[in-house]
Amino acid sequence: MAMLSALWLPFAEFAFMQNALLACLALSLSAPPVGVFLMLRRMSLTGDAMAHAILPGAALGYLVSGLSLGAMTVGGLLAGLAVVAASGLVARSTVLREDTSLAAFYLLSLALGVVIISSQGSSIDLLHVLFGSVLALDTAAVLFLAAVAVVTLLSLALLYRPLVLECLDPAFLRQVSRWSPVAHYGFLALLVINLVAGFQALGTLLAVGMMILPAAAARFWVRELKQMLAVAMGLSALGSVAGLWLSYHFESPTGPSIVLTLGAVYLGSVLAGPLGAVRTQRVPARHLRA
Amino acid sequence: MRLKHVWPFLMASLLVALAAQAKESTPLPVVASFSILGDLVQQVGGERISLQVLAGPGSDAHAVQPTPAMARTVAGAAVLFSNGLGYEGWMDRLLRSAGFRGRHVQVSDGLPSPMAAAQGHAHGHRHDHDIDPHAWQDVANARHYVARIASGLCAADATHCAGYRQRAADADARLQSLDREIRAAWAAVPPPQRRVVVSHDAFGYYAAAYGVQFLAPQGISTEAQASARAVASLVRTVRTGQLRALFVESLGDPRLIQQIGREAGVPVSGTLYADALSLAGGSAPTYEALMRHNTTQMVRAVSTP
Repeated sequence: MAMLSALWLPFAEFAFMQNALLACLALSLSAPPVGVFLMLRRMSLTGDAMAHAILPGAALGYLVSGLSLGAMTVGGLLAGLAVVAASGLVARSTVLREDTSLAAFYLLSLALGVVIISSQGSSIDLLHVLFGSVLALDTAAVLFLAAVAVVTLLSLALLYRPLVLECLDPAFLRQVSRWSPVAHYGFLALLVINLVAGFQALGTLLAVGMMILPAAAARFWVRELKQMLAVAMGLSALGSVAGLWLSYHFESPTGPSIVLTLGAVYLGSVLAGPLGAVRTQRVPARHLRA
Repeated sequence: MRLKHVWPFLMASLLVALAAQAKESTPLPVVASFSILGDLVQQVGGERISLQVLAGPGSDAHAVQPTPAMARTVAGAAVLFSNGLGYEGWMDRLLRSAGFRGRHVQVSDGLPSPMAAAQGHAHGHRHDHDIDPHAWQDVANARHYVARIASGLCAADATHCAGYRQRAADADARLQSLDREIRAAWAAVPPPQRRVVVSHDAFGYYAAAYGVQFLAPQGISTEAQASARAVASLVRTVRTGQLRALFVESLGDPRLIQQIGREAGVPVSGTLYADALSLAGGSAPTYEALMRHNTTQMVRAVSTP
């Protein structure tokens, strides 16, 4: 009982801890599934690239209307979607592969962002201002994260089958269905939305961390995709809440603590998971099924 | 025949006179690293220098991205003033790449007591520089800066040294009275009441000089991140009513302080200027205005019941 109350106490006493907790849970519902599909499409590093692509839009939003969640979110979304559309267009209509064209456009976008930030005479550390702290979330920001979670889950449900096909055999999907571009761009749009929401609320490291680490960890526990999505969400919720709690008790910076805890979950899964490094020899390999 | 010999001599002396006059009217090119230092340098240099400031008003000198234009500015400078104490981490590289050949003066050199980065309250992490560079937050140190600036300018431009010394003495007198003014303002506040929450710990020198205690959820640099525990303990302190003065900083992220205010039911009292002057129309366009503004704001906030 005493143990339980020690666990709960910081959340009971402080509204900012409750907000941080709710934000972690909301983000645990939306980011890990996106991460799972990124992983299956071998696009895990895309999250990082897109993080930079968002910069010029968010910077413009900040320059136009100051530190407003709305303007920076809209700006970030527009910039992210523009990069997605442009790189997708190049990848799907020329010889360039997806990764290269995305790299090209995110670099353009990042450089543009730095120029925009520097062009303003009174440049406070915009990068620092753009990316929030999980401890400074107000109710509006938490509601925004919850809304993003709902939109993400609904869209993934809608795009589920074409997305799975995109992961397994994109060429086949392109031949038999007109859903291929819908699935592709829809998914990348979800990625952008989740990153933008995560940055505003939590900071770069945390937003990408909550997307990729739980997905990678879940891969060591189950084979089946739906189970993998559920396990990723669960591990993410567990790891992020534990990280938040540890940051409270050990006075460590909160964002990095959460990512480190998620990292520990990942490393633990590598070692202990049935498909991990230790036990993988005994399990016969099978294909991933949807 | 005689005249023929005199002409070149006359021409030469005319040229020398012209050159001297040109030298008289060309101000000394001087660069200061950030806005607060720039203001002090301008006060000492007056019209004898043409000053350029690298991180101007409203810019964070922690976060300067050196540009080719900056390198050009620096390369053309006869004297460059920087704060030192690790404040301008980008300076050495900029000087090297600009091929700076002039005189580099770190105004904090010879300060009697560079201060260790703030301890005494919950930070939970170490920062990469252990010396607090924000020495100008104590007016006594600003007087030291002024003296260093005067000797730096004299060394580069001995002809006008008397003027520099004179203006430095004037500035020093003004700073002395500013110092007295700040002490008088705080004298009315009983010491236990002199407690203020700020977003990052840039006020260590102010704290030591004027007997004010500063609490910050973040570390000493604008880069550091807060821990949940540090924020929680600040909220508790504010809730118990021991202090009601919450300040955001002109260059910082206000959200964490706003969150603490919301959580404890106390409005944010105002904005303090720590690392940079405000733009010309703002409330801290000069060093003296900055120190006055900060002091008035804080004294008012801690005096309000």
